[in-house]
Amino acid sequence: MTHMFRALSFAACFAALATAVSAQDAPIRIGFITTLSGPAGSIGQELADGFKLGLAKTGDTLGGRKVVVHYADDQAKPDIGRQHADKMVESDKVDILTGVNFSNVLLAIAKPVLDAGVLYVSTNAGPSQLAGKQCHPNFFAASFQNDTTSEAIGIHMQEKGIKDVYILAPNYPAGKDMVAGFKRYYKGAVVGEVYTAFNQLDYSAEIAQIRAAKPSAVFFFYPGGMGINFVKQYDQAGLKQQIPLYTGAFVVDQSVLPAMGDAAIGVNTATLWSEEFPNAASREFAAAFEKTYGRIPSPYAADSYDTVLMLDAAIRASAGRVDDKAALRRALEKADFASIRGHFRFNSNHFPIQDYYLTTVEKDGKGRLYNKLGERIVEGLKDSYATTCTMAP
Amino acid sequence: MAEFDPHLPRPVERLAPIVVVGLLAAVPPLAQVLGDPFLIKVATRVIVFAIAAVALNLVLGFAGMVSLLQAGLFGVGGYVVAIAAHHIFEAEPIGIAGLAWGGSADLALTLPLAAVVAGLMALVTGMVSLRTSGPYFLMITLAFDQMLYYGAVALQKYGGDDGLQILTPLTLAGWDVSNRWRFFYFALALLAVTLLVVGRLVGSRFGIVLRAAAENERRVAVSGIPPYPYRLAAFVVSGAVAGLAGGLLAAGQQFVSPADMHWVRSGDFVVMAVLGGLSTVWGPVVGAAAFVVLELLLSSWTQHWQLVFGLIIVAVVLSLRGGLADLVHLLGRSGGAR
Amino acid sequence: MIEQTLNGVQLGVMLFLMASGLTLVFGIMNFINLAHGSLYMAGAFTAAWIQNISGSFLLAIPAAILLTAALGVVFEVGLFRRFYARNHLDQVLVTFGIVLVANEATRMIFGPVPLRMPLPPLLAGSVEILPGLPYPTFRLVVLGVGLAVAGLLWVIVMRTRIGMWVRAGSSNRPIAAAMGVDVDRVFAALFAVGAALAGLAGLMAGPILAVQVGMGEPILILALVVTVIGGIGSIKGAFVAALMVGLVDTFGRVLLPPALGSMVIFLLMALILAFRPKGLFPVHG
Repeated sequence: MTHMFRALSFAACFAALATAVSAQDAPIRIGFITTLSGPAGSIGQELADGFKLGLAKTGDTLGGRKVVVHYADDQAKPDIGRQHADKMVESDKVDILTGVNFSNVLLAIAKPVLDAGVLYVSTNAGPSQLAGKQCHPNFFAASFQNDTTSEAIGIHMQEKGIKDVYILAPNYPAGKDMVAGFKRYYKGAVVGEVYTAFNQLDYSAEIAQIRAAKPSAVFFFYPGGMGINFVKQYDQAGLKQQIPLYTGAFVVDQSVLPAMGDAAIGVNTATLWSEEFPNAASREFAAAFEKTYGRIPSPYAADSYDTVLMLDAAIRASAGRVDDKAALRRALEKADFASIRGHFRFNSNHFPIQDYYLTTVEKDGKGRLYNKLGERIVEGLKDSYATTCTMAP
Repeated sequence: MAEFDPHLPRPVERLAPIVVVGLLAAVPPLAQVLGDPFLIKVATRVIVFAIAAVALNLVLGFAGMVSLLQAGLFGVGGYVVAIAAHHIFEAEPIGIAGLAWGGSADLALTLPLAAVVAGLMALVTGMVSLRTSGPYFLMITLAFDQMLYYGAVALQKYGGDDGLQILTPLTLAGWDVSNRWRFFYFALALLAVTLLVVGRLVGSRFGIVLRAAAENERRVAVSGIPPYPYRLAAFVVSGAVAGLAGGLLAAGQQFVSPADMHWVRSGDFVVMAVLGGLSTVWGPVVGAAAFVVLELLLSSWTQHWQLVFGLIIVAVVLSLRGGLADLVHLLGRSGGAR
Repeated sequence: MIEQTLNGVQLGVMLFLMASGLTLVFGIMNFINLAHGSLYMAGAFTAAWIQNISGSFLLAIPAAILLTAALGVVFEVGLFRRFYARNHLDQVLVTFGIVLVANEATRMIFGPVPLRMPLPPLLAGSVEILPGLPYPTFRLVVLGVGLAVAGLLWVIVMRTRIGMWVRAGSSNRPIAAAMGVDVDRVFAALFAVGAALAGLAGLMAGPILAVQVGMGEPILILALVVTVIGGIGSIKGAFVAALMVGLVDTFGRVLLPPALGSMVIFLLMALILAFRPKGLFPVHG
């Protein structure tokens, strides 16, 4: 009888061990949804390249476990993103989802994904909804809260005592968020506030209005191709020497700088990462990126790479158990990793508390444009939505 | 364009819609067996797009007019359902012309409302658009589509470009439809009704006038029948059904966004109809299925999927004049010859 | 006010460069070519590429124009020729397929990052057109080139045999062939001219706008709007409509709230077509 019992319990132990081992052996599945086609395709490419480079560093593992990544193109359309997210959660059974660059796409996929118990770790988009009322224990922004980049430049322009500005942004929610963020900290006079059509091509009419208004500076937010159009035309109108340009991160980074050319020289940015960051992890990243892809990385790629480092450390800390979401969340909340941004920690709403720096576009020794690192504008900037977030346990 | 043929319903035309609906009906049990519930979601999306494409084909294939307004009307339907649900969630009544309405999360009310609002939009825009023809019609419907699109982007109260999420559970006359099986069969039933209604319309005197006018406008006008009211009626019916489909999409994925209304989406509907075959009522269903599945598979298979997709479109237009429905007819013909 | 008017006219002239090629092909061959935007993109990319490897803006000009003309011929002979007799829907679809292919192929060749296309120092600055009113030199060049092209097309349309066809609205293949015209070759040549005009527009846009994948579609839509408002096939109509759209867009953006400003062009087109269903200068009876 006892013999029998021992045999049984041994078998049970063995079976338990076997399933444990197989769960540990099965690769971690990650879904990476981003915009890979259309004009915004260059952004998705930066994000995907940064992520791939991060995984190349860890040898395609996270916390010692093998990783399989499913990539998909959302075409910058919310419903297509949602379809991929559904597929990845239900068919591919991913453990972690990431990659989305547009806020409207993220808002369309976030709720069903998070409610299904999948972790979403954002490499880019950080809409205010998810930082505030709709915050969720399974959502982490490894990137930033959208408003903070323009808040930081607002802080800088306020400190610098610039007495009046002209504001330009595209007429869509992220554009309005950016302006709201800017005005949260900049208290000088706003002599003009113009919202242009999304993906507008010609800015000559707006530039003529700036010339007539004669502000001390211009704050603008034009990501991607819009920024290229605006900066080139602003420079050709001869205004750049008279009225300096200020913007938040991602507008004059390396995903568009080569196309802007010399027109971008002198544009000031508040950023969370620049290609000149002196810490060792950042140097290693910048060098590896340039070696692999033949171009200087942008903060998009940097945040994406940093996300891999963060996941690697957190999964290692929870002993590779991605199925134990509570433990993984606790490990992520600690953010105990060597970030290429230097200081990085999470606020109560799972959005970053991080430093912002001033950069100015200049030419390097090889004649290439880069964002020259300036002073630190603000230390440990928190977003302004965390107070409205009550995280369900 | 559809060849003019007053005796459209051949045996294959009667059988094919039943086969198509039957095949779709088999998807949920199949998904259950395969343990992949996502298939039901894909099939639901196919059905929703199929309804809009079948409706478009009334204007495109049978009346011979290329409209790029379908996505706009589709989106209007989506916004009606989403806004009605939004006001329930926010417990804030909508004031219309002095009357207050609390909103609704009941699809038995909001889906017909979506169809009515989209139909009215189609009536107003159709009255203007149908004064033009050919490429001018294509461009004026594009203009109206972009106006609706920018109108939705400007709806700051309802999320603007971010779109609007439906955070209230939706019901159908008190019946919970959040279960994906139920929602699927509900959508399928609507597709079946759409096929039936459009089939009847096309075969009726109304459809004959429509098709004859597409073939030779002058001859129809000379015989004393002005094509304009017929075309307008077709445009309104097509738009109303598109609104219904848009409402279904919003209900199914629980959000709506201006991206659903962009003219490129209208182009997608045209591609679906052409891919499936313009001369049949059921062809666009096959086209919608091919489109949705191809897009999903290709875009998760290769980053350069649009290259492949573009080549497929070119190949289809170049070789299959009657779309995928042609394949069925070819098979039917070779089978009959034996 | 003067500056905004100039901005509007300059935008209009830019649109005319695009629309003229479109309406030429549309009017004579009765062919809707959505890939016109891809030819525009090809012009901009070729110019930027040649300029980056050679360092010469002057060299980039003929390279862009010739290459897009050659591309146009390749597409005409290889594919589009089969579609002249087909309906407009088939034409729209096949050229839409080509748009997708062209965008992705361009990304595969040039990579995802937009290209750089600086202006030579001579054109980079601005000149004072009125006391206290500087204006970008290059925009004045665009204005000049656009007006020159308009003038040249005007002469061709009014004084040559091809112009006769254009004025007649569309060619009558059997009669032309009976008169001993090699229709295939003439059509290919015309398509090349249309493509070259798109290439020229792309070349002119390169220094002002982002040279990136998908750059052709927004401008294509505007060019289609211009073509339709002017009356399909009418060069004169395209010119008038282009100036109209340029001015309405510029002043709409300045004077109207943003939501209305972005749809004002479409409003204009809907209004005009409601009263003139075949555009301002209808070519076909």
